[in-house]
Amino acid sequence: MSMPDKYKIAVDGVSKSFTSDKGTLPVIAGVSFRVADGEFVAIVGPSGCGKSTLLNILAGFEPPDTGSITHDGLPHTQPSPKGIVISQHGSVFPWLTVQQNLMFGLVGKALGSNRKEKAALADHYAEMVGLKGFESSYPHELSGGMLKRVEIARAFAVKPEILYMDEPFSALDALMNLKMRNELLRILGEERHTVLLITHDVEEAIYMADRILVLSPRPATIQASFAVDLPHPRKLGGPEAQKLREAILRELGL
Amino acid sequence: MAAAAFENERESALIGRMFGRVLPPLAVMALLIGLWWWYVVKIESPIYPTPLQVVTGAMELAEDGTLWEHISASLLRVGIGFGLAMVVAIPLGLWMGWVAGAYRTLNPIFQMLRPISPIAWIPLAILWFGMDDISPIFLIFISSVFPMIVQTTNGVHTIERRFLRAAANFGVSRRVMFFRVVIPAVLPEIIVGMRIGLGVAWLVVVAAEMIALHSGLGYLIMDSRNAGNRYDLVIASMILIGFIGLMLDGITRLLEKLKTVRWRYIR
Repeated sequence: MSMPDKYKIAVDGVSKSFTSDKGTLPVIAGVSFRVADGEFVAIVGPSGCGKSTLLNILAGFEPPDTGSITHDGLPHTQPSPKGIVISQHGSVFPWLTVQQNLMFGLVGKALGSNRKEKAALADHYAEMVGLKGFESSYPHELSGGMLKRVEIARAFAVKPEILYMDEPFSALDALMNLKMRNELLRILGEERHTVLLITHDVEEAIYMADRILVLSPRPATIQASFAVDLPHPRKLGGPEAQKLREAILRELGL
Repeated sequence: MAAAAFENERESALIGRMFGRVLPPLAVMALLIGLWWWYVVKIESPIYPTPLQVVTGAMELAEDGTLWEHISASLLRVGIGFGLAMVVAIPLGLWMGWVAGAYRTLNPIFQMLRPISPIAWIPLAILWFGMDDISPIFLIFISSVFPMIVQTTNGVHTIERRFLRAAANFGVSRRVMFFRVVIPAVLPEIIVGMRIGLGVAWLVVVAAEMIALHSGLGYLIMDSRNAGNRYDLVIASMILIGFIGLMLDGITRLLEKLKTVRWRYIR
């Protein structure tokens, strides 16, 4: 019975519906999948199919109606610093400087209990994402791409086991979006984490993920799964990537 | 040569912009004063003062020192009443915003007390505190405490969920959540509440001083009228009240320049 333990994340039969005056709306109808330690899994699906709801459940912000989620075989029901969410609109605190933001997750942590060590750790991650020299800037003084870097660095600083990314780069312009993909892969090359990426951008998924799960329209179920066995850096124009893209788009009904 | 010409052009453009901003309001003010002057001279009124008489009357009071006494008396009352209101309203507003039960219990009462004009409290204030300094301080407190409570509570309620979720995600304690997320997120709203509260307080102190006492700008207005129809002093006081009110608002607006709250006021 030690089978589930070898998975970082095990999701079993998760479903969720929302009730309003108009009746019950099933959003997720029985989603099950496994994620191995260090694996990068992308979940793609059409708009409004319940992707974000699924991520909120996976991260522990909302309880599922049925089903269970385990991390390393242990039940996962609450948000925790072990799995940090990076979302489309970001959540960098505008009232804190870049360095204070990076130190936020280190509050009350045993590691580096004095301020100096925390500041050094924050500066290390600021440098890793290319924010050196901006440690004392406030978020409103930074561009959208730099804010995303702050958010990524803040997540990495607490050394999470899992990164949940909900359309992390879709609020950025197209060029910055492409740039941040490479940045993320570079940073993950330095410190490997298990990643769950939710996106509607098939190319983004092919470019970064080890495996791609395709969700059906609402109520969401997992309709298909694709392994991406291509070496990095990937060429999206290459024949294998194009074939994969067409297969995924066909699953999405396009 | 070309660079110097360019510099000159830029400079004159800058001066032009400044004039564009300062000149129109100054012109309107000059026009109003001119009309007032012309009209008072024309009707040869024994009661209405000319702008010059207003200035000389104010200078008279400034020279014998009574003007400063009245101004500092009013400011002191506002300072104490508004200070007490802040000490009560900010913690109470934060608590009501953060604890749903406190909001449900207290909000209806405050919503009912809020629309009662502070002037309506004057009879009770005199009954409770007499014609002393405490009555106007109480009225200022009453007038500024409710807007600040409402603004602070509203500020807590409108904190964006993404910030609260991010803090919860990092597993911080409730204490850290409150002091590092809730309070800084609400601070811009608190400053707006302070501006509203101080504005109302300044309105009310003048009204409260008209009824009782023996000092303050409100008292000066009533006293000037009663003691020999000194309408020059009445108008001088009115202009001073407007000017000091503007200064008080300007001082609270300086708080909006703080780096930790700038984010809320830009865009």
